Order: sequence, then structure tokens, then C-alpha cells
Amino acid sequence: MDNTTELLHLTNARLIDPEGLTQELGSLTVLNGQIVARNAAAPKGAEVLDCAGLCLAPGIVDWGVKIGEPGERHRESFRSAGLAAAAGGVTTIIARPDTLPAIDTPETLEFVTRRAVESVVRIRHMAALTKGRAGQEMTEIGFLLDAGAVAFSDVFHVSTNTKALARAFTYARSLGALVVGHPQEPGLSAGAAATNSKFASLRGLPGVHPMAERLGLDRDLGLVEMTGVRYHADQITTAGALPSIVRAKERGLDVTAGVSIHHLTLNDFDVGDYRTFFKLTPPLRSEDDRLAIVQALAEGVIDIVASFHTPADEESKRLPFEEAVSGAVGLQTLLPAALRLVHSGDLDLPSLWRTLSLNPAKRLGLAQGRLAEGAPADLVLFDPDAPFVLDRFKLASKSKNTPFDGMRMEGKVHATWVAGSQVYKG
Amino acid sequence: MTLRARHLLGIEQLSPPEITEILDLADRYVDLNRRTVKSSDVLAGLTQINMFFENSTRTQASFELAGKRLGADVMNMAVAQSSVKKGETLIDTALTLNAMRPDLLVVRHPSSGAVNLLASKVNCAVLNAGDGRHEHPTQALLDALTIRRAKGRIQRLTVAICGDIAHSRVARSNLILLGKMENRLRLIAPPTLMPPGVQDFGCELYDDMKKGLEGADVVMMLRLQKERMDGGFIPSEREYYHRYGLDAEKLSYAKPDAIVMHPGPMNRGVEIDGEIADDINRSVIQEQVEMGVAVRMACMDLLARNLRAERGRAAVGVMA
Repeated sequence: MDNTTELLHLTNARLIDPEGLTQELGSLTVLNGQIVARNAAAPKGAEVLDCAGLCLAPGIVDWGVKIGEPGERHRESFRSAGLAAAAGGVTTIIARPDTLPAIDTPETLEFVTRRAVESVVRIRHMAALTKGRAGQEMTEIGFLLDAGAVAFSDVFHVSTNTKALARAFTYARSLGALVVGHPQEPGLSAGAAATNSKFASLRGLPGVHPMAERLGLDRDLGLVEMTGVRYHADQITTAGALPSIVRAKERGLDVTAGVSIHHLTLNDFDVGDYRTFFKLTPPLRSEDDRLAIVQALAEGVIDIVASFHTPADEESKRLPFEEAVSGAVGLQTLLPAALRLVHSGDLDLPSLWRTLSLNPAKRLGLAQGRLAEGAPADLVLFDPDAPFVLDRFKLASKSKNTPFDGMRMEGKVHATWVAGSQVYKG
Repeated sequence: MTLRARHLLGIEQLSPPEITEILDLADRYVDLNRRTVKSSDVLAGLTQINMFFENSTRTQASFELAGKRLGADVMNMAVAQSSVKKGETLIDTALTLNAMRPDLLVVRHPSSGAVNLLASKVNCAVLNAGDGRHEHPTQALLDALTIRRAKGRIQRLTVAICGDIAHSRVARSNLILLGKMENRLRLIAPPTLMPPGVQDFGCELYDDMKKGLEGADVVMMLRLQKERMDGGFIPSEREYYHRYGLDAEKLSYAKPDAIVMHPGPMNRGVEIDGEIADDINRSVIQEQVEMGVAVRMACMDLLARNLRAERGRAAVGVMA
């Protein structure tokens, strides 16, 4: 953190370029927090770092991170989230507004913006689309945009008041605001702790049919067509929802889709004997669905991969499965978990980085995610093949609820820079 | 022979020889229970705590009697109206009880998997007396014993399970047990009361009760669990009774010597006709209750053997 160097030359690095989709050995020159040259000779007076052939990529832009401020700082603070992010190669956190209280007024947004300076990585905030995320009345979208909100979302609360939602979409459209939806038919998914399957039934867990996702998505896409709003579906996790995304894009609607790393790398069998760290929103899906989503990611139907980092204390997880809270931490495990898709041959590194860094940055209008001259020097240096066994108690996050505990993973972060300053050294 | 596991959390953990072992031992306890003097000292000196997070009269009484007949010190904790109401978590309740050093903990809980969670935190033997919609292992064992005594075997029978399968832990445990013992299973229910994924269970599925009952050796009725329903599973009780209630006419499709079972408590006139329930030539419902005590004695006896063996090993370790 105090390793600030005005002029930095990173040489002998495998440059992972999500824009040009290349991965070649080269160098980057960084001055005053920006990339100023690529594959140039080391300038005079520069601090030179030999990267020894490790991968150098734009830092991850992690869209949809829950930070416990305000209201649940015992679960995660801006400081702890920043440290976890830096250790995981995440250089920009897009924080969620499902705090206590929700970030639904410019005053709350200003409060969290002030608090966010404690983070060593960049933090941008989403704001709630409706007051109290209740789905009834829209928030002050204009004021919130002025105060720096990058997108508007009620997170996992899905409004049943379609008329109110249509008004919020219409108003957001007039301001060019980006709306993030959680595609889920709330009636059908009420009370569910798992996805319908033989497995969930034998465990006696109340399930939801995967169709609930498509029903929710189709309602939202209808409203997008009606209002013309810019729309991002936070998590598409079922094969049945994919044709709707494809159709919407083909018809020219301004629609993108994301998915959580957990739904890309785990399936409903992982829940095993009621392991609550695997309880997520939406619940983990079948292996068939997982494979379809991985393919959709490789084909560009799904644009963005994120951790959906959701810190939960031990008390709220050490409960019977139905009563335990949903969600998993992911800031620090996103990179090694995502590398599973590279090691399995589903995606190459530059394409993966498109979904982790370039695509979310572009969608949110941020300059991050590129290795070009003039781009911010938000970088991660990592070894994609370094193996390790994850020990959850070594995570920097205040909460340790990761489903990857005890699993073998590959991919180790060696260094992270934000605006040219080193914020993590592995 | 003993059981491999320390706890009895579900039928899923039991092997066919273990099931047979439990049934054989239970048969002997049936004989004991029919004597005038029913006491034994198999569990003498051991403490059994019944923790029911969900109200139950029948199962709790059955476990209490089973423990007392084997000489255990039995305590009933009505957890449903105690500390849990004050906000104590399940784990804290378990740890508190564990500190009192019980030997056998009998637990019923409304959430699936809750008994597994509790068992992972205590060092006595835990018996699952029903968790949510997951398992109710002693019920399936007592059903198996009842069938074996009536039919002379617990293999190669055609068993029809009818009614509210979606909400029933009894159905799940029975499915697993009867499947492990290689019986032919049929599930009969309106599609709204079938659990999701049921087509992968390896059972024959029927929504027409008469077809489903054709040639059945055993007809197992389930209670319509109104308290677990959030509405709208069936149009009305009278239509349900008309299509799925067991009456003499529907029963005539089963084998002439087919037995009728019900885990109780019954909703007469909803899932079963009162006359069928009381027909001593067909109904084994009262026998099921009797077998319940014997099966629970057998399970606690076997778990206690494991506990003693474990403690014996620990004591030898201390001396060495």
C-alpha cells in the first residue's frame, strides 16, 4: 500500500488482454496510475519488476458485492472487503444496496461513499431501484445518479407490483440509468431452499422449479421492451432462461446477463448433507444447467461473471438448512474458481477476463478492464497453475462462509495494483 | 452384530443386514412387551432425553416407554415451549443438554436436516424421531417389522404408498427401506402431492388409485399433512376422499390378503374410511403402534452397545 511508484515497468509478463483476446509475453509501463506504454523499453528511472512469465491482467471488476456497511459491519466492512478483494485480484468492487438500511437515498449513498475510502481497492455503489427495496415506489434515481450510483437494483427482492416496476423502468430510461434485475418469479420460488430434484426431495428440502427463473426473466424483458430501459439480469443460472436472453439480444434490446462463479463451478449435489455454505440465491442448479451456462458464457450469451460475495457470520449459517441464510463470500476465491473454467478447457484466459473485467466495466461505463495506453493501471499479477488447498480461516474477509473450504484450487495472486499503487503482495 | 454408525439419523445410513438385525432384535422385544413383567436392565444407568421441537404425543410416548422398559432414566424436554422461544439456537440447546451428559438423545424437529446438525455437535447417540420432510427412521423400521410379521417376509412384495407423499418423512424413510430390501414400490397420489423429481425415484407412479392398488400386498396410507401445506394442494377434502381415500371398493383392487397400514394419527373420512381402519382382518394399524415400542427398544439397545464399546476402549486407553 505504501509501495507507490510514480513510474513502474512490469516486464516479462504474460499479458492477458481481454480486448484483443491475446496472451503474449510483453511489458507494461505505468505512470501516475495509468498505463502509458505496452511493450516499450523500460524508461529511465523506472522501477522495473520482472514478472517471470506470470500472467498480468486487468484487475477484476466484481459486480454485486455485499458489504455490511451500514448495518452489518460484523459481517464485512469496507476495510475487510478491500483487503479480501486485493488478495483476490479484484480492483473494483461494485457494491450492493441490500444493506441495513438499504442504499435508497442520496444521503445513505453519500455515507457509504465516505466510508468506502477505507478500502484499498476501488468501490462503486449501486443504489436501490425502489424505496426500501420494497418494489412499490421508485427511489430518487436522478439524485442517486448525481451522487454516483452506477446502477439500480433491488438485489434479491423481486417486486410483484409490475405497475410500479414499469414506472421505475420508464423513469430510469429517461435518465439513461442501468437497471439490474434478479430474474425469479417470486410466487413460484417462495420458501424454496433448493432446486427441485430427486436429491432435494430425498433431503426433504422445499424446492423451486428452474422455470421460476425464466418466468421472472420474461416478465422483466417484457418491461424492457415496453420501456426501453437498459437492463442487466444479475444471474442467469438455468438452461431454460437462455433462449430469452438470446432473443432479447437479437431483437436489439439493451440487455446483458451475468452469472455467479458458484453456479458456474458447483451443482446441487454439492449441498450434500445439508452443508449450509452451499445455500445460495438462487439455489445451486443441476449439472445439466451448469454445463449449459458454462457454454452460454463461452458463446457470449452470458456476459459477466461475478462473485456475488455475500458475507454471513457463523451463527446465521449454523442452522438447519431451511433456516440458514443464503450466500457465500467470493471476493478472494473468484479468481481461482474462475480458473477452473480455463483448466477444464471451456474458456481461454483472455475470454474469461472479458467476463470478469472488461465486460462489467464497459457495461457500467468504467474505464477499467483494458491493458491499453491510457487505461487505469488496475492490474493483477497471478500464476494460473499454482495449486493450493483452500483454508477458509485464511481468508481476509470478516466472514468465512465459502463453499470452497478444503477444496483443491489452482491460481494464486502474486500482486495487485490499483491506480499503479500496489495494494497486495502474495 | 452392531450398527456401524453412532447415531440413527435415517434409513439411508443402514445396510440391509443392519435393518434385518434391528428387526430380529425387535421381534424379541415384542415377546418381552407381551409379558406381564416387561422390565429389562439393558439400558440401566443410561440417561435418555427426549427432545421434541415439534409437538408429538404418540412418538414421544413410544420412545419414553421403550426407554423405561429397558431401564433407562428417561426425561422429556418439551422444547417447543421453552428456551427456543427465548431465542436460543438449536446448537446452544444441544450443547447445554450435552453438558448434562445424556447417553441417548431422541430428537424431533420441524426442519429437514436439523437432527443431523445437532448430532454433529454432541457426543452421545442421537436418534432421529422425525426431521421436517426428511426422515423418520423408526417409523419405517416399525412398518417393516409389521409387514414382516404379517407377510412372513420383507422382500419381493408389492407395496403401494398412497397420499401426501410430498410432505411425508414417513414416505421417504419407507421408500428407502423398502427399496433397499428389494420390494416393488408404487406411489399413488394426486400430482400436486408428489415430490419434485419423483420420476427418478425408481418407483411406479400412479394418480389413479385403483390402478395403483391392483395386486398390492401392502397398502400404506399417509396422513394428509394439513399443517405442512401452504394451501391449494387439493381442491377439497371431500374430493380427495372420493379419489384417494381408502374405502372397501378401492381396497378390493389390491390382493385379497393385502394389509392396510397407517402411521397415525388418522384423518378418518379424509384419507381412510373408518370401517377399513377398524377392520381387524385387513388393518394392522394397532399392531404398528405395538411394533413401534419394540423397534425403538431395539434401536436404543444397539446404539447403547456401541456407546459402551466406545467407552470401554476409551477406558482401556486411559489405563494404558
